[in-house]
Amino acid sequence: MTAPLHGTSTDSDPVATADVAADVVKASVEGRSLRQIAWSRLKRDKLALAGGIVVVFLVLVAIFAPLIVSLLGHPPNEFHQEEIDPLFGTPKGSLGGISSDFLFGVEPSNGRDVFSRVIYGARISLLVAFLAAVVAVVLGTIFGIIAGYFGGWVDSLISRVMDMLLAFPQLLFIISLVSVLPNDLMGLTGSGVRIAILVAVIGFFGWPYVGRIVRGQTLSLREKEYIEAARSLGAGRRYILFRELLPNLVAPITVYATLMIPTNILTEAALSFLGAGVKPPTASWGQMLSKAVGTYEDDPMFMIIPGVAIFVTVLAFNLFGDGVRDALDPKGTR
Amino acid sequence: MLAYLIRRLFAVVVMLLVVTLTTFAIFFVIPKWAGADPALLFVGKQADPAAIEGIRQKLSLGDPVLVQFWHFVQGLFAGRDYANGTDVTHCPAPCFGYSFRTEQAVWPQLTDAMPVTLSLAAGACLLWLVGGITTGVVSALRRGTLWDRSAMTVALAGVSLPIYFTGLLSLAIFSYSLKWVNVDYKGFADDPAMWFESLILPWITLAFLYAAMYARLTRATMLEIMGEDYIRTARAKGLRERVVIGRHAMRSTWTPVLTLLGLDLGALLGGAVLTETTYNLPGLGRLAVNAITEKDLPVILGVTLIAAVFIVVANLVVDLLYAVIDPRVRLG
Repeated sequence: MTAPLHGTSTDSDPVATADVAADVVKASVEGRSLRQIAWSRLKRDKLALAGGIVVVFLVLVAIFAPLIVSLLGHPPNEFHQEEIDPLFGTPKGSLGGISSDFLFGVEPSNGRDVFSRVIYGARISLLVAFLAAVVAVVLGTIFGIIAGYFGGWVDSLISRVMDMLLAFPQLLFIISLVSVLPNDLMGLTGSGVRIAILVAVIGFFGWPYVGRIVRGQTLSLREKEYIEAARSLGAGRRYILFRELLPNLVAPITVYATLMIPTNILTEAALSFLGAGVKPPTASWGQMLSKAVGTYEDDPMFMIIPGVAIFVTVLAFNLFGDGVRDALDPKGTR
Repeated sequence: MLAYLIRRLFAVVVMLLVVTLTTFAIFFVIPKWAGADPALLFVGKQADPAAIEGIRQKLSLGDPVLVQFWHFVQGLFAGRDYANGTDVTHCPAPCFGYSFRTEQAVWPQLTDAMPVTLSLAAGACLLWLVGGITTGVVSALRRGTLWDRSAMTVALAGVSLPIYFTGLLSLAIFSYSLKWVNVDYKGFADDPAMWFESLILPWITLAFLYAAMYARLTRATMLEIMGEDYIRTARAKGLRERVVIGRHAMRSTWTPVLTLLGLDLGALLGGAVLTETTYNLPGLGRLAVNAITEKDLPVILGVTLIAAVFIVVANLVVDLLYAVIDPRVRLG
């Protein structure tokens, strides 16, 4: 039950020591650190907790996918023509061939185990979404802090670049990029390349969102007395940026990172749906839905199962992210 | 005001140049850097050396990228002549070139697809603004009631549902099982009733996602604004609640909604791509996806540019609207 909460705690841990000054001030007034307050708020938020539990469950499923599939399913790329009606190409039996042997039924025309493919699809989805969020947060934080702290032409340049990226027809660019890049790149082959490309591209188009927020926060923080104090004590630029400013940006960055993961999951699924995701036969949810465009009339289950998988995952991350945001929001009253 | 407009228009031109250059770079520079031949990309895997050389000649891939880019920009404003052996084809301005695959001029394809996407986007936009804002305002005013909680639950589900899933579900239910609507697209000029019928599911599908976001945003803003001093002042003046909300509170609610709208117009094209693919609508999104799968650069460039024009112009309009809606905003 405490697992989802660990996520936030480890995120802010390296910061704890540098955050002493701010914490001491808070503690003398409230008796609790911001993190403790956020803690207790999050624990009281039932929906966020439920979301967090589902998130942990999904992460475990993704990690132990091979084990789960070997126990409950069939290898994800194994064809089962015997489960397919030779005349119509649809699964035998009702509800897309759901049985005790094939828990989520079989794929139309080739009889692959939908359960195994959904489980393996979770791996791709979560891996890409998580790593892309990391890329976006790292880039966004670096450029956001630099723009906000240094101001002047540096700020104008970075802000213009961010505005421009936000106004780009992103999805088209991402599909174009993915379609022209070769299948092996820098020593990587197979689905590894596509995953790396997806992470890089989704992360790259995500950083301006983080960058804007970090820049705004930095702009207001750099005028604060404690920065002035650090500067007059002779602290270097690097010290101020990373030991004084960054710790105070952890809360908004954490919130944004958590809320970014569901968006990334949707983007990855959309790209797979449009044929620009991981290459078949590697399973992904978007790809299953794209096949379902042609089969939903005869086999609606094959559309519903990956769709529900995306929905549940994104919803869980959204619920958890909303909870984290409310818990860390200084304006919150709970 | 005039200085502001000129500055913004200058920014628009820069933006369009960057978008075009980037698209060029995606197809001509990045493959090279990654160790692939751009000419090979266009002819496909089984091409013989002669065909590759032909493509290279035809696209003048030997020229530096900037030169190719210059020719493209020239074509847009002044038209362009294509030499094919002895005969010369003139492509009148705005010339977006010819498709690599079908050899058809790109501009007519764009103008054919544009009304579809515009119909889709405009209808959905209207639907989500009205639906989202109304839901958000009502939820904020009845905070904590059953209505508020169920509306916000539906909204949260709405932002978590992928368009292509809701789209397929609605197709399966309303078009295939119940046979209520026919989704074969007809142009507005051909048959307004059929146009409406074919677009009603796409509109709802696309609008649902955004309506959910706008409902959440409007509710949050409204809750914040209702605690402001000027609302208390308005009430103290003895204004009726309807006027307090309709004239005073709503005016401030529009600002964040407009900001989000400006940002979303960029993403809207992505939504249109997915919606058009799901419902098989012959719009810009589907044109782009097909062109991308076939690596048909002139068509992709055309769609991206048109999309970029749409996005930057819409953003300009949004910025101008700020000043109209919020008297605290001064352009300068």
